[in-house]
Amino acid sequence: MSPKATLAGIHFMNGDEAIAEGAIAAGCRFFAAYPITPQSEIAERLAWRLPRVGGTFIQMEDEIAAMAAVVGGAWGGAKAMTATSGPGFSLMMENLGLAIMTETPCVLVNVQRGAPSTGLPTAVGQGDMMQARWGSHGHYEIIALVPASPQEAFDLTVRAFSLAERFRVPVLLMTDEVVGHMYERVEIPDEVPIAPRRRPTVPPSEFVPFAPGPDLVPPMACAGEGYRVHVTGLTHDERGYPDMSDGAHDRLVRRLCDKILRYRNEITFYEEVGLDDAEIAVVSYGISARVAYGAIARAREAGIKAGMLRLITAWPFPDERVRALADQVKGIVVVELNLGQMSREVERAIQGKVPLVGVFHAGGRIHTPEEVLAGIEEVAGCR
Amino acid sequence: MQVKTKPAPEIVPGARHPMEKYLRTDRLPHIWCSGCGLGTVLGNFLYAVDELGWDPDKVAVVSGIGCTGRIAGYLKLDTYHTTHGRAIAFATGLKLANPNLHVAVISGDGDLFAIGGNHLIHAARRNIDLTVVCVNNFNYGMTGGQVGPTTPLEGRTTTTPFGNFEHPFNLVHLAASAGASYVARWTTLDGRRLQKGLVEAMAHNGFTFVEVISPCPTNYGRRNRLGEGLDELRYYAEHAVIRHGADPREAEIVPGKRFLVGKFIEVDKPTYHEMYAAKVAEMTGGKT
Repeated sequence: MSPKATLAGIHFMNGDEAIAEGAIAAGCRFFAAYPITPQSEIAERLAWRLPRVGGTFIQMEDEIAAMAAVVGGAWGGAKAMTATSGPGFSLMMENLGLAIMTETPCVLVNVQRGAPSTGLPTAVGQGDMMQARWGSHGHYEIIALVPASPQEAFDLTVRAFSLAERFRVPVLLMTDEVVGHMYERVEIPDEVPIAPRRRPTVPPSEFVPFAPGPDLVPPMACAGEGYRVHVTGLTHDERGYPDMSDGAHDRLVRRLCDKILRYRNEITFYEEVGLDDAEIAVVSYGISARVAYGAIARAREAGIKAGMLRLITAWPFPDERVRALADQVKGIVVVELNLGQMSREVERAIQGKVPLVGVFHAGGRIHTPEEVLAGIEEVAGCR
Repeated sequence: MQVKTKPAPEIVPGARHPMEKYLRTDRLPHIWCSGCGLGTVLGNFLYAVDELGWDPDKVAVVSGIGCTGRIAGYLKLDTYHTTHGRAIAFATGLKLANPNLHVAVISGDGDLFAIGGNHLIHAARRNIDLTVVCVNNFNYGMTGGQVGPTTPLEGRTTTTPFGNFEHPFNLVHLAASAGASYVARWTTLDGRRLQKGLVEAMAHNGFTFVEVISPCPTNYGRRNRLGEGLDELRYYAEHAVIRHGADPREAEIVPGKRFLVGKFIEVDKPTYHEMYAAKVAEMTGGKT
């Protein structure tokens, strides 16, 4: 093992590289992926870095295999990650569901690009936000984080690994092509806070593999540890044995959802920008929020009290905070690089209390501050 | 076809399966049909594990979906019942994350060679240290008997009601071509030979492949006038020809004709893990 895996210090790196370094700092030692733009810098950096820190990098035959290998790697005892973009994200949905059902901690990065289909391989998009929420079949809850800078890409990658272990879930890092490719100052600390894997506290003879603790999360016994666990994507009972009854199914699916929903205050992060006195609130995330900072400043110069709720966690969505916002402001502007995905969640939360203007673009470029400002002016009644 | 009526075998009170220590007995009886070959494969696999003398805590079994996919759930080992076709990709991650594990993949012909075919050829190419046991029953049994990648020409299935007109795979040839370092084929009639083959495959360093021809009387056998499970075994006895070292291209299975069983390939070559470790040592001057 390398004496120092974490590159502590101040760096000039892009978001993709910051994600790779965040993973290594968080203890990720297994990475499986398939080449895709604009994710390449993550895989290339980890191909270069992981072998030097005692980790495994493998380029699989497709994204289906990459996600399957990550789930297998996690059960082999490793902190495991994959990274992709839209087309690969679609292929990963199958084994994302396996990770949810088998309560496998892992991290899946999506560097979003223009879509549907092959779309715009080299240009930005934010059109996979609803796929992140509902892309795999069945009903489930998911954690999805959205960085708006390379520094935040590093920080949220670390946090994604922590949340994955804390709740025994796959965590999505939903970044985008521009954050992935833009270079900024990234400060890497000596040590990062990271939740350990939740281990059994009883001997194998007393261990019930899927019996949850008080917080609804069961401890995890990996392969080779003597616990001899059966793990299945079928509906199962607390022993891990298949149980095809409707009761077992309802109980399991509810627990898998509740273990996240009950702790959403520990999961759902956001940044508030000038909201104290705001009359107009922008709700945005990722690179779109970066543009909105400038628009808010210009709006304030023009006498419009604008602020922003920047989503750091997209899922679970901050329902209560957005609902409260509707009681405070006169209008809401949602800025995103799709034709209205998270805006539906905002609409759901504000229940028509205040007008909502969507500043949407299907992707291929980021918004201009002028476009966002126009949205602010429109909802403020200036236009 | 003769239909024979026999008394049901007696259950001996208090009798135990000799390999019970490796079984989740609280999950028995199993779901497989009478006359199916999967119980034989399960038994032989456990005899092989026992013969190898491995610490059972270090043996992991991964399966996909289907009748064969259910084998994992009956084994008192670390067992993973994954998604359809993805067992080998999952096992690749499991093995690379913990190289001390002995990892076997046991799954069916449809799982491993149709939906999972890409993963199989790439794991073989990389020579990942896995043993893949493919139980070939010539159709998709779990879903009711549809055509599969191994269904012979003219085979009757629920989705080839007029007879199969797709060319089937020769699994031995395919695995060997993709780079498997050990390739054998046996039928569920060849209990001892199958056990020996499984021992050899699991002890062999690298990607090893064992095809097991198995009866599926409920679906494939019934529709193709092969009789009950025992009748299909009798067919194997009359048609299987043991020839070690045979050319894999000659291992085609054509109904009514003799087919080859035995050990086709056994070569030593470095595994993915060994190549990776060597590259790391080369890069770091052995200072990792």
